[in-house]
Amino acid sequence: MIEVHTIKGGIHPPEEKALSNPGHVIDCPMPPKLILPLNQHIGAAAEPIVAVGQYVLGGECLATATGLVSANVHAPTSGVIASIDDHPVPHASGLSNCCIELIPDGEDKWLALNGTDDFRQATPADLVTAIRCAGISGMGGAGFPTAVKLMASDRTPIDTLIINGTECEPYITADDTLMQVNPAGIIEGAEILAFIVGAERILFAVEDNKPEAAAALTQAVVDTASSVAREVVTFPTKYPSGGEKQLIEILTGQQVPSGKLPADLGIVCQNTGTAVAVRDAVVAGRPLTHRIVTLTGRALNKPANYRVPLGTPIEFLLSIAGYQAEQSSRLVHGGPMMGFAIDDPRIPVVKTTNCVLAPTEQEFPSAPSAQACIRCGHCAEACPASLLPQQLYWYARARDQEQLERHNLFDCIECGACAWVCPSHIPLVQYYRAAKGFIQDSREEKIRSERSQARFEARQARVEREAQAREAKRAARKAAAQAKTTQDTEEDPIQAAVARAKARKSEQEVTE
Amino acid sequence: MLADYALLLIGAVLVNNFVLVQFLGLCPFMGVSNKLESAMGMAAATTFVLTLASVSSYLTYNYLLVPLDLTYLRTISFILVIAVVVQFTEMVVRKSSPLLHKVLGVYLPLITTNCAVLGVALLNINKSHSFTQSLLYGFGAAVGFSLVLILFAAMRERLAVADVPEPFQGAAIGMVTAGLASLAFMGFAGLV
Amino acid sequence: MIDTLMQNPTGIALLALLGLGAVFGALLGFAAVRFRTEGNPIADQVNQLLPQTQCGQCGFPGCRPYAEAIANGEAINKCPPGGQETIEALASLLDVEPEPLDAEHGEEKAPRVALIREAECIGCTKCIQACPVDAILGAAKVMHTVIADECTGCDLCVDPCPVDCIDMIERKTGIQHWRWQSPDVIASDRVAA
Repeated sequence: MIEVHTIKGGIHPPEEKALSNPGHVIDCPMPPKLILPLNQHIGAAAEPIVAVGQYVLGGECLATATGLVSANVHAPTSGVIASIDDHPVPHASGLSNCCIELIPDGEDKWLALNGTDDFRQATPADLVTAIRCAGISGMGGAGFPTAVKLMASDRTPIDTLIINGTECEPYITADDTLMQVNPAGIIEGAEILAFIVGAERILFAVEDNKPEAAAALTQAVVDTASSVAREVVTFPTKYPSGGEKQLIEILTGQQVPSGKLPADLGIVCQNTGTAVAVRDAVVAGRPLTHRIVTLTGRALNKPANYRVPLGTPIEFLLSIAGYQAEQSSRLVHGGPMMGFAIDDPRIPVVKTTNCVLAPTEQEFPSAPSAQACIRCGHCAEACPASLLPQQLYWYARARDQEQLERHNLFDCIECGACAWVCPSHIPLVQYYRAAKGFIQDSREEKIRSERSQARFEARQARVEREAQAREAKRAARKAAAQAKTTQDTEEDPIQAAVARAKARKSEQEVTE
Repeated sequence: MLADYALLLIGAVLVNNFVLVQFLGLCPFMGVSNKLESAMGMAAATTFVLTLASVSSYLTYNYLLVPLDLTYLRTISFILVIAVVVQFTEMVVRKSSPLLHKVLGVYLPLITTNCAVLGVALLNINKSHSFTQSLLYGFGAAVGFSLVLILFAAMRERLAVADVPEPFQGAAIGMVTAGLASLAFMGFAGLV
Repeated sequence: MIDTLMQNPTGIALLALLGLGAVFGALLGFAAVRFRTEGNPIADQVNQLLPQTQCGQCGFPGCRPYAEAIANGEAINKCPPGGQETIEALASLLDVEPEPLDAEHGEEKAPRVALIREAECIGCTKCIQACPVDAILGAAKVMHTVIADECTGCDLCVDPCPVDCIDMIERKTGIQHWRWQSPDVIASDRVAA
């Protein structure tokens, strides 16, 4: 039994988990069209390998990863590619991005899938390749390509694998449901992940507000044998315990240093959904094409957890869940703390869509207008990363890049605990996001201007070199011309010709 | 003996702080305290000048003016000494940190007219300090000046990004803050 | 004579001061030689902050000459490609007051990139010679094209082109370059903006 620690700060917002009836999954019917963005993850967008009008099977790869930090995109069902064009995507900006539109043909014909019975026969590198080919990226919300994360074990030794079933954000119950419905898949997926990274122990992290999930996992651990030590760890509920760095501190007491990764401490953390996706990819040969999405909020008649094909337009999901538009104040992609508002309900479900919220005005009242900061310091007490939100706020307003970096702005996980406790209702996280934005812009600008300066100086040098070469040539030519003329002045050519003629004439006279 | 020196030092640094209690040297205090880095540079330069000038003034007074019975020339000769030390310091600063030199700008030669520097030199005479006492008094005055300058610069940096009402922005809130800091330092009065 | 001078109190005073002055003068003279400075390192630091477009809109032939001028006291608000951000950074470095961009030297525009209309290009290399960062690829009687990633948008190539086939177009910003905007929520924010 490991000792559980606590993190500083954190808040306890109302959980609202029971609303979505965790522990039961409803299969969502196939929508009339699927919109598959080429970029559903952190990193570069995938590149399409199909053409408009092409018929594809379920599980077929539609777009391949570009570069290392990228992921493949697969067809969730059989159908015809209708277009490869810009379409609104789930992003805080509300902008569009390139998507593959697939019209299902209703037959759900699938590619022949090849899994392995005994993954231990394969090498970790092969398994990582399989995970990469399956297009798996983190399903907890961040979306980092899983294959890349697992490759960290090549550089540093890993001893602990953490399976993150914390799900600390209110309303969301997707992972809770998965843990209750498919605990064996999670356990098996964890085994595979532990084998790949060479971990000696696996910790399944569950908050204590999910006793059924913890019990299901514990039973599954008991029912299976393993060569590594496994433990299901429950700990007191607090937001945001589910953040990777916060969870590591809770389970191990160690803090991931600023700028470093969990792998540097010998720890790899994966979401429960990702673990199941890994199991499906390796054992069943299934690429990532579906996920569990929590549809919740009191503007829905049938809030529940649905198993949804990726690419399902959210408006379709809402109609399945009995959406009452006149009662809802807004739509949110993700949870109430870290999600973003949906302007266009045509956006599709992507690999990181863990929840769609349709709250009423009463549930999510509009934010009261912000007042002046009274320097109470509640934000600093609430920050789980031990930052100084008040100082970050002042410096973000003053756009003071140096001070923001000195106060570790980039260690902020944007959890929103500071904004939650602020008595003046200041939207603190918005300030930090804007500050991160202009600092990143300024860094890019600096790199660009250094490059331009280097090119300018190289050009100056080149022009200088060419001028010198021309000068040298000119001088050489002049010197050659000089040499020739000095030679000539010793012998006047006309005089020389006359002399030659005279000599010939005198010769002729002699011979005659 | 040591206790006397310690009390002299504490007196110069805190109890009779040259800037906030005796109100000398206010020009660089208000003028260079906008940024912490330039304040630290100014503090270092003034410390250097004050210590050196205090010692040089003592030596000039006791080994030139007193033997030649020219004590009435002390003010002008102290100013001469201070001007030379400041000029020397300016050359050193320009060599070691051209940016600091540019940032301090005119305030660097203005250390010559810093009444705290002349004040220390004259007070040493008034109080009939020995060589060590002059040295410590000058150094203590410098430390006190630096302490206050740096504290005030840090406060002004925070004021610059804070929500100050428009009529108070800039030097006005700086003055108010300096007044409050002065009140705080006067609280040291009972210490020695 | 020294003796009489020595008897006279004014003489003593004068001599004392002169002596002091001479000693200190010598000291300073020595220090002036010992602490001589070369070069202009401030100009380097200023140059680091300028955007390096080498466009000449500030009135100086390039960024380095402007940096040197600023080190000698020139106004800091003459660089349109740098914009208000650069003016603030320069103000912070030199501990002076930031001023709004001098409209005489241009306005702050969105980042732009040059585009050659290839159908009209005659291959004269005049634009290649004009580009301060060698961002145009080409040779005599061969197609010229702008390397978009290296182009700084300085538009020095537009004028030399004899067939006027170069356009300055705005750089496309998509979802990858989107940034959060700072909330403008309190009355004092709006006043300051």
